[in-house]
Amino acid sequence: MDRPDLDAIIAAHAGVNGALLPMLHDIQRGFGCIDANAEAAIAHALNLSRAEVHGVVSFYHDFLSKRDPRPVVQLCRAEACKARGVEAMVSAAEAAAGERVRLTTVYCLGLCSAGPAARIGDQLHARLDAEGLIQLVQSA
Amino acid sequence: MTLVRISDDALAIACGADEVAAAFTAAGCEVERVSSWGMHWLEPLVEIDGQGFGPATLGDVGAILDRSSAKAIGLIAEHPFIARQQRLTFARAGKTRPLSLEDFAASGGWRALERARAMPPAQVVEEVTASGLRGRGGAGFPAGVKWKTVLEARGPVKYIVCNADEGDSATFADRMLMEGDPFQLLEGMAIAAHAVGAAHGYIYVRSEYPHAIAKLKSAIALASERVAPFTIELRVGAGAYVCGEETSLLNSIEGKRGEVRAKPPLPALQGLFGCPTAVNNVLTLAAVPHIMFEGGASLYALQGIDRSKGTMPIQLAGNIKHGGLFEAAFGMSLGDLVNDIGGGTASGRPVKAVQVGGPLGAYIHPDQFHLPFGYEDFAAADALIGHGGICVFDDSADMGAMARFAFEFCAAESCGKCTPCRIGAVRGGELIDRIRSADAHEADEVETLPQMHNARKTGRSRAEDLQLLEDLCETMQYGSLCALGGFTPYPVRSALRHWPEDFSDGV
Repeated sequence: MDRPDLDAIIAAHAGVNGALLPMLHDIQRGFGCIDANAEAAIAHALNLSRAEVHGVVSFYHDFLSKRDPRPVVQLCRAEACKARGVEAMVSAAEAAAGERVRLTTVYCLGLCSAGPAARIGDQLHARLDAEGLIQLVQSA
Repeated sequence: MTLVRISDDALAIACGADEVAAAFTAAGCEVERVSSWGMHWLEPLVEIDGQGFGPATLGDVGAILDRSSAKAIGLIAEHPFIARQQRLTFARAGKTRPLSLEDFAASGGWRALERARAMPPAQVVEEVTASGLRGRGGAGFPAGVKWKTVLEARGPVKYIVCNADEGDSATFADRMLMEGDPFQLLEGMAIAAHAVGAAHGYIYVRSEYPHAIAKLKSAIALASERVAPFTIELRVGAGAYVCGEETSLLNSIEGKRGEVRAKPPLPALQGLFGCPTAVNNVLTLAAVPHIMFEGGASLYALQGIDRSKGTMPIQLAGNIKHGGLFEAAFGMSLGDLVNDIGGGTASGRPVKAVQVGGPLGAYIHPDQFHLPFGYEDFAAADALIGHGGICVFDDSADMGAMARFAFEFCAAESCGKCTPCRIGAVRGGELIDRIRSADAHEADEVETLPQMHNARKTGRSRAEDLQLLEDLCETMQYGSLCALGGFTPYPVRSALRHWPEDFSDGV
C-alpha cells in the first residue's frame, strides 16, 4: 500500500464547510493516529490554533494520538448486551486478548436484539457466547 | 430459477446472512438482497415465494430448497409478529432492495416529494403540524412547530440536519431505516428542505454503523438528481454519544468538540454555522413522506392516543425472545409489547426490569406493565419513551450495578461543559459504591483533606448517603445543560425505588 500523503489529505478537504472531522477521519484511517505533526499541519491549513485541533482530536473516542498497531476488537458492553450476559464473558475475553489484541469497549453497535455483539474493522458479529467471543479475539 | 430473498441488514449479516446467501447462489438460485423484516430472532431469514425460513444456517440450504426444512415459519406477511404491526415508516421493510430506485418508485417513492413541491412551503408545514408528528429522537417536540420556526426565521442560508447519531442502547430503528430504505429518508429530507427553505442538508451518522454509512453514501449519489436542487452531505461521527444531542451534533459538523450549546438561541434560529437549522431524527424525517401523501396527515393523526399521534417504530431488545422492530400506533401496553409480542425473556426466566428509552430511560418494574406506550403516559410515571427502545432484563440482573453503570456511562460520555454532569456522574458512581458496600461509610481520603472545608469529616450513615444520592440526582436533573446529565438520574432513581434490595450489602 502506498504511504498516505498528509498534505494531500488536508488539501482534499480544503474549502469544505466544517472540514475538520472528515479530515481527521481520513488521517486516522491513513496513519492509524493523529500525532502532533499532523495536528500542526491541520492547524496551519485551517487557520486554527494547535490547541483547538488537539482539543477536537482528544474529544472523540475514534481518534488516537499515538499509533497502536495491534488488531482491535470492539466489544459492546451497553445495557442491551449486558442484559444478554456480556459482562460474564469479559474476563475470559481479556485473557484471550492478552497484550496482542486491543480489546475495547463500545457503547452500542445497534445489534441490541441479538447481543452480545462485537466489531472488528467493518465486520460485525452478533449472538456471541463465551466461546465464540474467545475465538473471535484469537482470530483477530 | 428459484428466487431467494435474504436481508443485507447489518444484523442479518452479523448473524451470517452473507454466507447463507452465497450458499444459495452456489446452489443455483437467484439471490436478491432486500431489507430486513425486523424479526431479528429469525435472521438470517430466507424468503422463497413469500414463505419464510429462519434462522437459516449453511446446513439448512438443502432442506429449505426442497421445502423439508424444520425452520419454515409459513408466510412471512402473515406471521403474527408482522400481522399485528401497522407499518408506515417501515412499510417497505423486507419487501424492497434498499438501493433500487426502481423498487422505491414502484412502492410509492417520490410521490410525496412531488406533491409537496407543488405546494407552498407554509402549507407543507401546516400538514405536518396537523399530522401530530413529534420528534422521534426522544424529546417529542412537534415537528411542524419546529419547521415553522425555521421557515419564518430570517436568513439567506438555512439547513436541514438529520440526526442519525443513534447511540442509545436497545435502539436500532434508525440503522434499519438507513440500511433498508435510505431513499425514504432522503425524500423526507427533501420535503423538509422545501418546507423550511433550505438548499443543503447534512446527515450525521455515527461511526459505529459502517453498513449504514455505506448504504447512505450510495443512496445519496443515486438520488442526487431526484432531490436536486437540494443537496445532501454525509458526515460521520467519531464515537461520541453526546453528539446525538442536537447542539453538540451541530458543533461536531462544524468541526468542533462535540460540546453542548446553551439554549437559547434555538438551533431553529441559530443552528449550523449560525444559520436557521431544522434538526430532525431519522424516524421523524422518514415519517414525512407518508404524511405528505394526499390525505396522509389526517390518517396519521387518527392513529395513536392523546397527543402521541401516529405510529412508533418500537425496538424490542435485550434479553427478549422475539426481538426486533415492531411498528405500531401509540397506545399498546408495555406488558403486551414485552410478553405478548416479545414472548418474554430469551433466557426463559422471569422479567425483572425493562428499560425504555435508552441508557437515560427509567427502569420499569413489571407491576407498571399496564402503561400505554405514549409520551405523556410515560412522563406521568416518571419514565420516558425516548427513541422507542425497550430493553428487557431477566431476574439475574443486578439493578444496583445497572444504576452504577448509568453513572459510569454518563462519566464516559459527558462532554464536560456543565458541572452537574461532568462531576456529578463520577461522584454518583462513587456514592453508589459506598451505599452498596458494607463498611465504607467513613469519610474518604479526599473528604478529610484540610482544603475540603465544606466536606464532613465524620463519615455518613447509609441513610445519609442515600439522601446525598437523591440530592445529587436532583442537581443533575435540574442543573445539567442537556439530557445526558439531566436524565441520568432516571435509571438511577427508578432502580433504587423498585429494587432497593439490589443496593444492599454483599456486592
